[in-house]
Amino acid sequence: MQHFSLDAAHMFAGGMVLVSFMMLYQDRILGLINVFAAHAVVLTLSVSWQAYIQDAPHLYITAAIAFGLKAIGIPWALHRMVVRLGIHREIETVGGIGPTMLMGIVLVALSMVVMLPAAAEADPIAREDLALALSVILLGLLMMVTRQNAVSQIIGFMSLENGLILAATGAKGMPLVVEISVAFSVLVAFIVIGVFLFRIRERFDTVDTQALDDFREGRE
Amino acid sequence: MTAFLHMLPFAPINALLAVPATAALILLLVSSYRLGAWINMLASGTTFLFALTLLIERPAPGAGYLFVDDLNIVFVVLGTFVGLTTSVFSASYIGHELEIGRLKPHYLRFYHGMYQILSLAMNLGLTANNIGLMWVAVELATLTTVMMVGLYRTQAALEAAWKYFILGSVGIALALFGTILIYMAARPVIGEGHDAMVWTALVANADKFSPELLNVAFVFLMLGYGTKVGLAPLHAWLPDAHAEGPTPISAVLSGLLLNVALYALLRFKMLLAANPLAVAPGPLMVTLGLVSLIFAGFMLYLRRDIKRLFAYSSIEHMGIISFAFGMGGPLANFAGLLHMTMHSLTKSAIFFAVGQIAQVKGTQKLSDIRGLTESHPRLGWGLVIGVAAIVGLPPMGVFMSEYLIVSSTFAREPLLAIPLVFGLLIAFGALTWRLIGIAFGPPSASVGDAGRQPSMVPLFIHLLLVLTAGIFLPAPLVAWFENVARMLG
Repeated sequence: MQHFSLDAAHMFAGGMVLVSFMMLYQDRILGLINVFAAHAVVLTLSVSWQAYIQDAPHLYITAAIAFGLKAIGIPWALHRMVVRLGIHREIETVGGIGPTMLMGIVLVALSMVVMLPAAAEADPIAREDLALALSVILLGLLMMVTRQNAVSQIIGFMSLENGLILAATGAKGMPLVVEISVAFSVLVAFIVIGVFLFRIRERFDTVDTQALDDFREGRE
Repeated sequence: MTAFLHMLPFAPINALLAVPATAALILLLVSSYRLGAWINMLASGTTFLFALTLLIERPAPGAGYLFVDDLNIVFVVLGTFVGLTTSVFSASYIGHELEIGRLKPHYLRFYHGMYQILSLAMNLGLTANNIGLMWVAVELATLTTVMMVGLYRTQAALEAAWKYFILGSVGIALALFGTILIYMAARPVIGEGHDAMVWTALVANADKFSPELLNVAFVFLMLGYGTKVGLAPLHAWLPDAHAEGPTPISAVLSGLLLNVALYALLRFKMLLAANPLAVAPGPLMVTLGLVSLIFAGFMLYLRRDIKRLFAYSSIEHMGIISFAFGMGGPLANFAGLLHMTMHSLTKSAIFFAVGQIAQVKGTQKLSDIRGLTESHPRLGWGLVIGVAAIVGLPPMGVFMSEYLIVSSTFAREPLLAIPLVFGLLIAFGALTWRLIGIAFGPPSASVGDAGRQPSMVPLFIHLLLVLTAGIFLPAPLVAWFENVARMLG
């Protein structure tokens, strides 16, 4: 049983890394949103599994938040927003899928090299979970750097945050996990509402953050 | 006084959170701007008084989520004081913005409520005895300031808020990963659960933690909280947020929020210092500090906007402070603490002046602001004294702290003193050159009514404190700072 619970935990965490890679090469926003929903579903499974093997019922709340908000609520809201902004047909230049994927592989290797020896004394579940979580975080950062579009950057940030939840739930007995996941949900909700409410599209005619930068340079 | 404190039905430390929280709730219901401004000042004043009572008597350590020690009380008293003076400045500044129609009343609906929530978040971050709680507080502070930076709802303000939001979020995300790693390091030693995130327990047991995990954790914490401190190359949000937000918020950002993030870094530095096998956190802080100092020094020459100019000066000074704490040792730590206090007071005073200058001149462009000492003597000379203080001219307090930092560096690492002095001189040149253009010569055109008296009280109180500190530091204060400096290791 011990072996199985370990393997299953690693499978879910590894699944998240895999889905993170899938996000890297999506060049249509709607496709990206769907893959992100899948990312959140895998996170839900992973957190529920951790709740089960750690016998920590409060983690089910975190899992429920992950599923309700990130797998259903936010993708739905983003879907509507993207269609309304009329950018759902646009193809993003991701800056070459090949180099981005290679960069992603380098980042995953880096997080293994850094985390596995550093966490050598921690128990095996936490050790590999941390390494995989760091991979998810770095891949999320990579996505935020390579994308120009505000919606894609939000998705990159949310996948980064999924990695953090993965790390927090993998750390056995960590207090405040539920509170932190709630705090993060508030943050994400703010970001999404921010784009909605302040109508970045309407104000700037585009949600391309490159345009925002140009605007600033012109001013100063 | 102590007897009076015992008669209170609640502990003063809880009041630091309860007063802003109550005020925020009331302010969310109050729609009148004038009434809101008065409640805001009253609440900030009450919070400051409760912070002062902590100097007389501290709550017993151990129980609860909050704690007070020699280190964080300096930050709390300084923070609540700047919060109070800024609320006074804000009342007159925002009132004028309403008069000239740059702000509409409904934009300000939640302004004062947000101000109090920010105050709550900062007090919580500074007094939390739990690394998770501290992280939540820093996040809350980020969210409220994002809302306030976007207050004008112009394109530039929204863009600045968005940039601050994204970069700040990535910063606090990295800080959270570092926090989780600290918990992982503490768990085998302290045991599962709440205790493994409590500061006092962490510091007491830090020598038994896995040094490798601590090292990795510190890198993430340094990058994460370093973003919020505004250290180069993670500073990109800072000039925009300062320039596009309302000026009271620029004063709060520079005077308070940067300090809260710095406080978090210092705590984690103490944790690493307590573990002999972990990597020394000093060199990393020294490097980032020097990079920020020199980078910001050069960038000062290129600024065309008066608020951006002083925002870069904040990056420069945060660099100096990180450098001092990175050097470590009693003298450098003492100088770092003093410099942090002086910078908070001086920089918020400068922003008090700059906000009103932008109002009387109707622009933030440096090229359109000239001859202030002639057209607006009080504002002009206030700015001259403030800038003279911030560039480190004697007899102001900044001179003393910078002198201490430079001399202690010369004594221990002469090679590091060269880039430090170089950076200080570049920044000195840039700010003096800009100041001469702003303050002297034939005055440029002004807008608005000439009869309006600028509110100078908060500005001169700050400058007076800075001047006093430069001439004479009371012995108990020195003893206190020395004690904290020893604590920091």
